[in-house]
Amino acid sequence: MITLDSKIPSGPITEKWDKHRAEMKLVNPANKRKYTVIVVGTGLAGSAAASSLAELGYNVECFTFHDSPRRAHSIAAQGGINAAKNYQNDGDSIWRLFYDTVKGGDFRAREANVYRLAQVSVNIIDQCVAQGVPFAREYGGYLANRSFGGAQVSRTFYAKGQTGQQLLLGAYSALSRQIGAGTVNMHNRKEMLDLVLVDGHARGIVTRDLVSGKIESFAADAVILATGGYANVFYLSTNAKACNVTSIYRAHKKGAGFANPCYTQIHPTCIPVSGDHQSKLTLMSESLRNDGRIWVPKNKGDKRPADQIPEKDRDYYLERKYPSFGNLSPRDIASRAAKEACDDGRGVGPGGYGVYLDFEDSIKRLSEATIAERYGNLFEMYERITGENPYKSPMRIYPAPHYTMGGLWVDYNLMSTIPGLHVLGEANFSDHGANRLGASALMQGLADGYFVIPYTIGHYLASDKSTKVTTEHPEFKKAMEEATAQTQRLLAINGKRSTNSFHRELGLLMWDKCGMARTEKSLKEALDRIPELREEFWNNVKVTGKGEELNQSLEHAGRVADFLEFAELMCHDALEREESCGGHFREEYQTEDGEALRNDDKFCHAAVWEYNGANKKPIRYKEELTFDNVHLATRSYK
Amino acid sequence: MKLLLKIWRQQNSETEGKIVDYMLDDVSPDMSFLEMLDVLNEKLIHKGEEPVAFDHDCREGICGACSLMINGVPHGPEKATTTCQLHMRKFTDGQEIVIEPWRAAPFPVIKDLVVDRGSFDRIIQKGGFISASTGSAQDGNTILVSKIDADASMDAAACIGCGACVAACKNGSASLFVAAKLSHLGLLPQGQPERSTRVLAMVMQMDEEGFGSCTNTYDCEAACPKGISVKNIARMNRDYLKASLFGV
Ligand SMILES: Cc1cc2nc3c(=O)[nH]c(=O)nc-3n(C[C@H](O)[C@H](O)[C@H](O)COP(=O)(O)OP(=O)(O)OC[C@H]3O[C@@H](n4cnc5c(N)ncnc54)[C@H](O)[C@@H]3O)c2cc1C
Ligand code: SF4
Ligand code: FES
Repeated sequence: MITLDSKIPSGPITEKWDKHRAEMKLVNPANKRKYTVIVVGTGLAGSAAASSLAELGYNVECFTFHDSPRRAHSIAAQGGINAAKNYQNDGDSIWRLFYDTVKGGDFRAREANVYRLAQVSVNIIDQCVAQGVPFAREYGGYLANRSFGGAQVSRTFYAKGQTGQQLLLGAYSALSRQIGAGTVNMHNRKEMLDLVLVDGHARGIVTRDLVSGKIESFAADAVILATGGYANVFYLSTNAKACNVTSIYRAHKKGAGFANPCYTQIHPTCIPVSGDHQSKLTLMSESLRNDGRIWVPKNKGDKRPADQIPEKDRDYYLERKYPSFGNLSPRDIASRAAKEACDDGRGVGPGGYGVYLDFEDSIKRLSEATIAERYGNLFEMYERITGENPYKSPMRIYPAPHYTMGGLWVDYNLMSTIPGLHVLGEANFSDHGANRLGASALMQGLADGYFVIPYTIGHYLASDKSTKVTTEHPEFKKAMEEATAQTQRLLAINGKRSTNSFHRELGLLMWDKCGMARTEKSLKEALDRIPELREEFWNNVKVTGKGEELNQSLEHAGRVADFLEFAELMCHDALEREESCGGHFREEYQTEDGEALRNDDKFCHAAVWEYNGANKKPIRYKEELTFDNVHLATRSYK
Repeated sequence: MKLLLKIWRQQNSETEGKIVDYMLDDVSPDMSFLEMLDVLNEKLIHKGEEPVAFDHDCREGICGACSLMINGVPHGPEKATTTCQLHMRKFTDGQEIVIEPWRAAPFPVIKDLVVDRGSFDRIIQKGGFISASTGSAQDGNTILVSKIDADASMDAAACIGCGACVAACKNGSASLFVAAKLSHLGLLPQGQPERSTRVLAMVMQMDEEGFGSCTNTYDCEAACPKGISVKNIARMNRDYLKASLFGV
């Protein structure tokens, strides 16, 4: 039985965070060094948290499975980070960012968290500038902004096309400073395999050293998971290869509620699949939609090359269906429209799953040089991958899994349903509802890490009355034995199929049945098939090598084993949410002209799942969402 | 396409390694270099052999994890391209490809093509930062940075920490990597207070890690997938001299 107390402070939304900060308990500076906090993950959320907590005086044990904290997947973010600075004087404000995020999330996020996010967004930019993040500047030396992801104001800060890299390197430098100072004990190439609970509180983790294979455990006073998203459940996604669900899923099995697992974001502009060898999908920045026009042939099966299809035989479907937002329609809408066109037999390129993103008109209007100046590096990247020149023929793009809004349920203090277990960044469910707006994930990761957790964890530590534990405690021994047993079990199967073949099959299944559009039928089919696949995995997977060495097949197998369980949770969630909202589109629930149809009477809540044992249906709980400040309305981008 | 792969296999840091030959056919020109290795690994797993270990993650040229010496060239034949972004259409049918790990004393081999680049992290830990604790910052627009400086700083900050510069250098020098970080921070007003201590501390750590010295052969610049300029090394040397002569 889990209890969902969101702990939202009382009072007007604009004052909640200030009031809460004034009321939270503090840990006396001299006592901080008596506390140890484990931070798993060194992406924006993890690095920001680890460095900030160490600066405050806590002992931090920080973990990543990468060879260096700087390699976390946050490094790959391109576009930018939002903040309500209103430097452009164009009508932005904390309120407007709050409003846009709640509306963009299709009214499925918690208002109080979103408001706080918008509030601290301004501090993030200041902090990053102070660290030396080389944000783009105007000639006068002031910070530059651009508009992004359909926002009507210019509030996105950026560092060329490498904003995630620069923000992560900023957080990494702060973390490195603390590692150098001895306040953070950094564990590279160590993968968390399990969470350890003592008397119901999160008190440590079990890890595997990826070089020596040694299984170890670490004890602490609180645990923070900042381990990113799970879009790789689809096998092909824009995420880095190693992104996975393991840490949060293992915590879920230990009792942490998992919220809205079915909310996944499909990004509309990725390079289409080129063959069976494909190992990941590459995102082409959304900014391309500012100057590119999206189209497919009007007629099914029109196989003429793009330049031989005359205007009258082209369907610029976004411009046609959404005249006011056109090619800049939000991600979920643009993605679904592409799928519709391809399912209708009008897709382009090999396999027919692609649509054109055409720059011909912009090149005519603005010159090739201008387009090259704006998007040169992206055009090069496209050519490198596809071997085609987008100045001459239109790009081909197709939607791909990109981001996961679902994650472990957390209260206003970012604590999960397990006392002491805090969850930050993409790994939690908190701020984006059913759909995330562009440039808001970087903002959320850094908000959680720099400006929320340093306060709320102090409150937890100061209120917690449990006694110190060490790894000698029987619970640690037990968790280590379990982790060792799982590793040995995987190595002992010695079947016929590679881990990758299972991952691919699961991914394809999820993409077909629980991807951009879902139906009761498709979800039930997936729920039938996943347990069979899991069964086969545990009887027929082949993992080579030994446990006591660097063994990448073993690492992958452990992650896929968790995906094979987690996928089922995702389908249950998608099946029970009998409405369409944001990234979750159920074909049964749409308006006459094919738009998402929310059901606020029945589903204006976060669905939170409790683990109920192996091969048993998990239990669904609800956190009702109330909208006192932004009134429930239908999103319209027509 | 059909290829003859000659790959460095080494069980762990204790054992000696050697080149092992593998024939691979059915390679599509649309595959990336790492996807080609994925195909090889699938085959090896089927045969019950251990797959080739190599570092990789983003496969988009930004995380800096991938690190292969391809026919003696770090990241292979295409200019300004990481291994993960290199595609097989740059090779020809029947070609022989030698694949080795980065070779440098401060990057010991862990297994096969995987090396330990912890020395880079330790250099950053000595001074590759601006000491600005969370919460102490003033409004971002109170620090003005000319567009020229911001752009130059960004160009240096683009370094992905892959280590190709070290692998390319006959002396195994890490000068390009260190200089890139020093320029990134040293070109910004925020980076000035620690500019002298930073260069002294980072250079000292670079030497302690056993990286060689720079003799201006510029092989690093040619190998760098992010186009980091050797001009940064000149700036580092000037800063170092100034800090050593006039103190900090
Ligand atoms: C291609 C791409 C472009 C994007 N562009 C933008 C953008 O322009 N703007 C925007 O706002 N957002 C963007 N996003 C989204 C954003 O980058 C991510 O949501 C965000 O960076 C996630 O940060 P994080 O700190 O939560 O997790 P991550 O950066 O994913 O970090 C996870 C960390 O956890 C570690 N870890 C995970 N599991 C374990 C384990 N079991 N044991 C030990 N360590 C573990 C990893 O090693 C890593 O250090 C983009 C995403 C992608 C894929
Ligand atoms: S300077 Fe270039 S080659 Fe060296 S680590 Fe940085 S990106 Fe890699
Ligand atoms: S895998 Fe990330 S740069 Fe090559």
